[in-house]
This record gives sequence, structure tokens and C-alpha cells, in this order.
Amino acid sequence: MTKILVLIIGIAAIGFILWWFFGNHHVASATANVSNGDQKVDIEVNGGYSPEVVTLKKGIPATINFTRKDASSCLDRVVFSDFGINKELPQNEQQSIQIDTSEAGEYQWACGMDMFHGKLIIK
Amino acid sequence: MTITKRFWTALIFSFPMLIGMILMPFGIMLPGGEWTQFVLTTIVMAVAARPFLQSAWASFKKHHSNMDTLVAIGTITAYVYSIYAMFTRQAVFFESAAFVITFVLLGQVFEERMRNNASNAIEKLVDLQAKEAEVMRDGKLVKVPLSDIVVGDIIRVKPGQKIAVDGVITEGNSTVDESMVTGESMPVVKKSGDKVIGSTINSNGTFMFKAEKVGGDTMLSQIVELVKKAQNSHAPIQNLTDKVSEIFVPVVLILSILTFLVWYVFLGATLANALIFAVSVVVIACPCALGLATPTALMVGTGRGAKMDILIKNGEVLEEVSDIKTVVFDKTGTITNGKPEVTDIVGNEQVLTIAATLEESSEHPLATAILNQAKKQNISSLAFNNFKAIEGKGVEATINGQKAFVGNDKLLNDVHINKELKTEMIRLQNEAKTVVFVGSGNKILGLIAIQDAPKSTSKEAISALKKRGLRTVMLTGDNNRVAQAIAQEVGIDDVIADVLPGDKADHVKDLQKNGKVAFVGDGINDAPALTMADVGIAMGSGTDIAIESGGIVLMKNDLRDVVKALELSRKTFNRIKLNLFWAFIYNVLGIPVAAGLFFAIGLTLSPELAGLAMAFSSLSVVTSSVLLNKSKISVA
Repeated sequence: MTKILVLIIGIAAIGFILWWFFGNHHVASATANVSNGDQKVDIEVNGGYSPEVVTLKKGIPATINFTRKDASSCLDRVVFSDFGINKELPQNEQQSIQIDTSEAGEYQWACGMDMFHGKLIIK
Repeated sequence: MTITKRFWTALIFSFPMLIGMILMPFGIMLPGGEWTQFVLTTIVMAVAARPFLQSAWASFKKHHSNMDTLVAIGTITAYVYSIYAMFTRQAVFFESAAFVITFVLLGQVFEERMRNNASNAIEKLVDLQAKEAEVMRDGKLVKVPLSDIVVGDIIRVKPGQKIAVDGVITEGNSTVDESMVTGESMPVVKKSGDKVIGSTINSNGTFMFKAEKVGGDTMLSQIVELVKKAQNSHAPIQNLTDKVSEIFVPVVLILSILTFLVWYVFLGATLANALIFAVSVVVIACPCALGLATPTALMVGTGRGAKMDILIKNGEVLEEVSDIKTVVFDKTGTITNGKPEVTDIVGNEQVLTIAATLEESSEHPLATAILNQAKKQNISSLAFNNFKAIEGKGVEATINGQKAFVGNDKLLNDVHINKELKTEMIRLQNEAKTVVFVGSGNKILGLIAIQDAPKSTSKEAISALKKRGLRTVMLTGDNNRVAQAIAQEVGIDDVIADVLPGDKADHVKDLQKNGKVAFVGDGINDAPALTMADVGIAMGSGTDIAIESGGIVLMKNDLRDVVKALELSRKTFNRIKLNLFWAFIYNVLGIPVAAGLFFAIGLTLSPELAGLAMAFSSLSVVTSSVLLNKSKISVA
């Protein structure tokens, strides 16, 4: 009897994992605030990036401020491979990254181990 | 708390349990038994493991998972079950949780060090820059930091100082060691009007120069930018690991639940044993090794290239290089020096002396070649008068009371040439050299052969490429006879001559029908071909456009670097493949073993061994990448 119960719980857990990680969930996104000919976005790094999708306006100098709250060494660097940026993110310190917005497009960023991803849209 | 501190905490508090485990077979028990273990492990979990748990929870809330998720779930399961077992008086395995944390942190301590090691090439390049310079401001020389220099500033450089930015000499002269930027090992003589490059070292003179490029526009900054981009670029092979890493953790969690269910429900194992297998599965799985395989190798490979004056622009280029079948070369300036030089002199010293005297005031490229040769041999010109041109044939003058002349083969209608010289002339002309005739009175005294000669290293480079099974082709706008002669001299397989500048790219396209093509070139007219080729290799002393269009840039103008660049790319790409292979195999073999699939033949893994294996799998990938720095890259 216990075994059947355990089996049911186990299968339910598998179902939950599938739904939780592969289901279609809302992704936090943000558009940069433009002020004085400059645009800025703050991103909190904690178990991933929030927001995860950032939209920037083309042609306006942009700064993205990353603040890493997470102690994991997985997230201790942020890499924008298209821009040649690879910056260390010391824990609980704001790190500013300048983005060249001269070309429109979609760009990925990732953590140093390429496990967590974020998306940058310039338009 | 840093990773190192967390590691030491975990080690200190799990150490008594390790001693306990070793002494257990001798009947000596840890004082306090399970309670001591509980307290020690609780400290490890609360202090050393807490960041794992926090990170795992934070990413779980965002529907993400990472390595921390696996570590957290594995250790929490072992810990919570052991508390339950302690109160129900069953066997506990607190030490598994504590040891796994210790091992994982040990691995991360090493890994962090290695990762820093892998990325330091670029900092060395930036360190080459001067920190400050003496700049003319309001008519006075003042020291200003590098960042305050603007275009148009007049800067003074004293002997031994570093030149701050790129510019043009306005006053004074000196010799400059440019080896860090151009790879040229001999100091270069610089005088007023010559360009100087930032970060190169002035040797003996003092001069003033006007800043032309500052900040991010200087050559060094652009090189640094190029290397940075390369080191962090995405190799197409990573698309595979990107897909795998997205689903990796959830899949491992599901596998571990299945392991538990199979052992507990179907095979009738005890709850404790079934849990041990499940925890081992979670702990041994290592997505980090997969994630680190490509970027670390890319970083070390491109960084090493930069140190060898070979700039590989990105991961894509590395992949392309591994299937190159044909290497196409531009001729002028790539295989050859790009300027005519005296290659042979037939006759005695008088020949060069007369030629140098008569050509002194001419600006013809052939005259320049003769004058350079005379300078090299320390021959000074003589006094002359009655200088006049012989229309379409050459020049003549009177030297020491005798008529002397220099000219082309049309002169032969007027003067006599002996048989020996005639044979020599035919031999030289067959080698596609331009022959200049030097004579006195109405007799030819000797011959000077001039050619845009191959660089001394070209032949060696081409034979090294051929040895690697590559087809070599020369593409040139020059005429077929000259092209064939040069090709023969350096040992190139095929020649495509008389190519119009605009058609170079089309010829490359044609060659691509037989496999991937690398194009090596330098001039502006090579840019389309560099772009068209699967791998464009730009010779660095060439133009900005060529550097922009090339996938690989050679800072030194030496063809042997083509061989080295191909070799380095190939080695780096192979290392990426090797890393990925091990990372995959490790998981593919490790997970079934941890799940107890080989229980029947006595092969199992405890969670702590699984933790150790996991820590060292990612460490070994990073180490393998760093070892790329040591692998041999040679031309031969």
C-alpha cells in the first residue's frame, strides 16, 4: 500500500517537474527608460536575470546595471558574446555595462558558464 | 562569504566525520554518535551550503535550474532523510551531505582559479599601454594621464619611453621598437612625417608627434577589442550544449525520481538504499562541465593566438578551419615582399656602381631597387656629367671621361653583348625577372636582375601547408609568366594569373566547389575575396579594411604564421570537441552507475564519491583547456 502511494507521489513529482520547467511561463521583460538622451535598465541577478528580456531603443547610448544578489559562482560573470563583453559581477555590487545600440537586432547574454540566458532586443 | 572560506568551513566541520568513518572498522565511534554528526552537518549545511540552497531556490522560482539545484536537492534529501532516520532509530547518512558539499566547493575553488588563468591574456595586452604622456598645453609640456590626450595634441617622447597613442612625428627622429604591435623584431627608423603606433617603445632619440588616434581608436585598443570579442564569441558547436543545458537539470531530477521508484517500489530495496541511489544520480550529474567545455577552450586558444601575434576573430572561424581543403594566396605583398628588389648582379662591383650613379635622381621603382641594393653594399656613387636620357631605352652620362649607360633590352640594338652575358640574360628572363643592362663605351659590362622576390619564409610555409595535405593556389593580377616563376620558386601547386582585382572573389567561389577555402591576402582589393572565403586570413601590416574582412589576422607579415594560425585553430577546435566528448561521456556513464544499474556486478557509487566525481569533471574540463597553452604549435 505504501509503495503504491510512493509510486503515485513519484509520478506526480515528475509531472510537476515537467510542467514547472518546460511549461509556458511568463518571462519578466522590461523596456529601458530614456532620459536626457540616455537609456538605462537595472537587472537583478538572482537565480537568473530579472528582467530576462530587455528592449533598448536603437541609436541611444544604453547602460545596463547588473546587481548580483546570488552567491552562486555560476552567475559570477556576464557575457555578451556579440559585443565582446565579459564582466565580473561582484556580489551585491552594481556593475554598469555600456551597450552599443547602433545596430538593431536580437542579442543573447549569458552567465559565464552559459547556463542562464537573457535576451537583448535593440529596435 | 567567498568560495574558499566556504570550502574551509565545510572541510573543518566534515573532517571529524571523515575520521569517524575511517576509525569505524576498528570499533572506535565518534563521541556522541549520530547527534555529533547531526550538529556538524547542520553547521555545514547552514554556512557552507546555504548559498547553493538560496541560488537553487531563486532560480527555481524563475522556472530555471542549474548545478546548484542539483547540489541543493541532493544534499537536502540526504540531510532531511538522516534526521528522520535518526528519530526512527535507523542508519543515517549525514556525512554524505557534508562530504558532497566539501567536494563540490573544493572543485569550485580550483575551477575559479583556472578560469581566471584562462582569461588573463587580454590584461597583459592592456598593460602594454603607457599610463601618461608629456603633452604640449598652452605652450608648455605637462604630464597628463593617457585618458586626457585628445586628437591633435603634440606629445614629446624621450628615449626609452612608451609612445602613448597613434600619431605622426612632427619633429626629431629616432628608432622605435614596434615588436609588440607589428611583430617586427628590428627597431624601425622614424623621422618627421612618419607614423608612430601607441604602446611601442622609443629607443634612442627624442621626438615630438601629433596625436591622430586616441582612446578606443588606437591600433592597440582595436587589437584588444578584437581579442576580447574572439574570447567571448559563441562557437556554433555550442548550440548543441545550449540545448542540452536547458533540459539537463530537470531531466536528471526525473531520472533520479525514477531511480528511486524502481529501487523502492519494484526491486524492494529499503527506503535508505533507494534514496542513496537517487541522491547519487542527482549529485554526479554535471551540467557545468558541458557548459565550460567550449568557452574555456576558446578563451585559451584565442588568447594564446594573440600572444603569438595571431588574432583569431571568433569561434566560427575555428570550426571552419578544421575542414579547409585549399589555401589561396594573393601574390604581391603576401607571398612576395611587395616591392621590387635586386636579386642577381652579373659582373663585377663596377656594374652596381655605374647603375647606382646613373639612377640616383630617378624615381622609377626599378631605380629605387638598385639604389637600395647599393646602399646595402655600401657603394657610393661617382661624379658624372653630360647626363641625358636615351628615349625609351635608359639613361647615359660620362663617368671618368667615359660614356656609361643603364637601360632595358632595347639598348641591345646599339651595343654589343657577349655570349656569356646573353645566356645569363635568358636564364634570368626565364625566371621572370626584369633585367637591367649596365655598360660602358659600347660594351655591356653586366646585368642587374630585379624582381618582386618571394619572402624568405614563403617557401617553408607553403611546403608545411602541403605536408598537411592542403592544396595551395596563387591568385594574382600579374601576368602568367611572372606568376608561374614565383609559384615554382616557392612550390605552390596551382596558379591563376591575369585576374582582374574585381574577379578575385569569383575565383575563390569557384575553388569552393571542391571544398572549403582559406584566402590569404593583404590589400584593399583583397577584401571581397577575404570575405568570400570560408576563412579569410589578413596579413596585419595590410589595411584596416583587410583586417576588418579577415577571420584571422596575422600581425606579422610572415606566411609561416598562416601555418601556425591553422594549426592553432585546429588544435583549439579539437580541444573543444575533446572537452565536449568527456563532458558527455562522463554524464552518460556516471548517471547509470550512480543509479545502480551495475549493482549486479558490484559497481555502485556512494553519494560522496559521486560528489567528488562531479567536482572533478568540471575541473578537468577547465584544466584541459588551460593545457592548450602548453600544446606544441610549430611550422615544421
